[in-house]
Amino acid sequence: MKTLSVIAAVPLLAAVGVCSAQSGSLVGPEPELPKPQQGLLPDMVIAEPAPWGDKVPTVPEGYTIAAIATDLKIPRQTLVLPNGDILVAEGRGGNAAKLKPKDVIAGIIKARGTSPVKGGNRLTLLRDPEGDGTYEASTFAENLNAPYGLALVDNNLYVANQDALVRFDYQPGQTKASGPPETVTLLPSEINHHWTKALTASADGQYLYVGIGSNSNITERGMTAEADRARVWRVNARTGESKTYATGLRNPTALTIQPDTGQLWAVVNERDELGSDLVPDYLTTVQEGAFYGWPYSYWGQHVDERVRPQDPEKVKAAIKPDYSLGAHVAALGVDFSTAAMGDRFAEGVFVGEHGSWNRSEPSGYKVVFVPFSAGRPSGPPVDFVAGFRDSDGTTRGRPVGVTVDPRGALIVADDLSNTIWRITPKQPAGPRTQTDGPASVQTPTSPPTPTQTPTQTPTSTPPT
Amino acid sequence: MPQIVEPRYALTVHPLHAVFVGGALSLFIGAALSDVAYAMSFDIQWNNFGSWLLVGALIFGGVALIFAIVDLFRAQQRARGVIPYSLVWIAAWVVGFFNALIHARDAWASMPAGLVLSVVTVVLAGIATWLGFRTPHIFRTPHISRGAV
Repeated sequence: MKTLSVIAAVPLLAAVGVCSAQSGSLVGPEPELPKPQQGLLPDMVIAEPAPWGDKVPTVPEGYTIAAIATDLKIPRQTLVLPNGDILVAEGRGGNAAKLKPKDVIAGIIKARGTSPVKGGNRLTLLRDPEGDGTYEASTFAENLNAPYGLALVDNNLYVANQDALVRFDYQPGQTKASGPPETVTLLPSEINHHWTKALTASADGQYLYVGIGSNSNITERGMTAEADRARVWRVNARTGESKTYATGLRNPTALTIQPDTGQLWAVVNERDELGSDLVPDYLTTVQEGAFYGWPYSYWGQHVDERVRPQDPEKVKAAIKPDYSLGAHVAALGVDFSTAAMGDRFAEGVFVGEHGSWNRSEPSGYKVVFVPFSAGRPSGPPVDFVAGFRDSDGTTRGRPVGVTVDPRGALIVADDLSNTIWRITPKQPAGPRTQTDGPASVQTPTSPPTPTQTPTQTPTSTPPT
Repeated sequence: MPQIVEPRYALTVHPLHAVFVGGALSLFIGAALSDVAYAMSFDIQWNNFGSWLLVGALIFGGVALIFAIVDLFRAQQRARGVIPYSLVWIAAWVVGFFNALIHARDAWASMPAGLVLSVVTVVLAGIATWLGFRTPHIFRTPHISRGAV
């Protein structure tokens, strides 16, 4: 009995000792990092799933949100095709063995906060035939292996399965794959503790960038399991040849290319079990050849004492990420906005935050907008889609991939309610809405009608 | 009036109880040795071994704990050595439980506290085992008339 009361007291003490909200100092380019904390039990607050019913997520004034597809099988990332069709990658991967008693217990607890549906291992195509925001779903491809990242380059549709990068032929307007895909290159898939393979294509379409997550939280599966992990690969689209582009990125869950500059950006999930406010998940440019710290250090030179043997040389070489999104928000989606999203949200990135498990006061569970100016983050994140989780723990959805439709819509995959949400400005920004003011700029790529297939397909819209 | 009293053997621990005490002690020792191996080699597999050996020790030790608690409340049949044995055994189990929580931390975060606690559990479980198996003195006279204690 004595021990039981002690167990009950631990999370309470932890909750009292930690500041309750994700305050402003924890986000942005220079977050204040507290000292690491390790209680006897990690802080765990798990989502309590509930159906949406009549409710929908909340969006800013002047925007509407609608569910354009439901009853999917674990939708993760989406890709808006040139003709306005939307591809959805559905699946659940990972085959990591449970190594410690803690893995068995934590696995059972964490599973309560996710959807019980089995992953679809397929691509679903959503089409809006009337252009009125009503989408019809059909299966584009099946029998994939936990597909996640998507990219289109000319007539090549690339899909990052959890074990391989594969390619489909894609003709504009196509609704079903013409055959099984061909393998471009195999990807590291042993254990696959972090199985999601993020994907985006370089601006010229010559290269594909693949995000490969670490095989552990903090090397608890041994350093040999981390060979070729926690990094971004650059794959030659034509030959399949791969090279390591950047390392030390614990779990780069989404990649995107910045319009104009062609710079690669990523959102990265950082390590757990150092307290509620450590370590910040981040948004960063991915510099070629750079080392971002994992596992030896975080946010530059903050040494992680849990790693043995340590490596002071690597710690010295680690560079700081660009922008903290806050600890444990679990950023899983990123995409650059466009003028068609409306003035307030025209310049910046949208970030899908799946939400925390390792935090006494949950964070994330929303889509935020990080404003940019002059090509760099320029202010604190603003909520763009919220209302996924109530303060009592009731959770109706968890955002994953976010994709900007250049016609003026944000597509959000929700892998708890298995829904695709579409957020649009009530008053479309564009040439016909000059009353919006001088900042309203027409997006050069947006055709007047969504269903129209462009005669020429330029290199891909950068996917999530 | 003279009585004939059979000699009594007051065992501190029941033989089945003893199996669990012995098992738990062995597993605690195994956990401590695994921790030493991890500390010396940084090979994570020893850390995994240690964690599971600890769980085994807590399961075996928990069954022994139930025996001990039942013995404590059976005053009439209670052998003298059972009280110190039980108290030390409870202490070993509680320390072992906290040690299991420490061992749930990732990688080197379980060290050095995990190793220290593992050694403490071995010492406590060793003392408890010694107390538990040490049968009380029994005055045993062959044949007649005086009762044994």
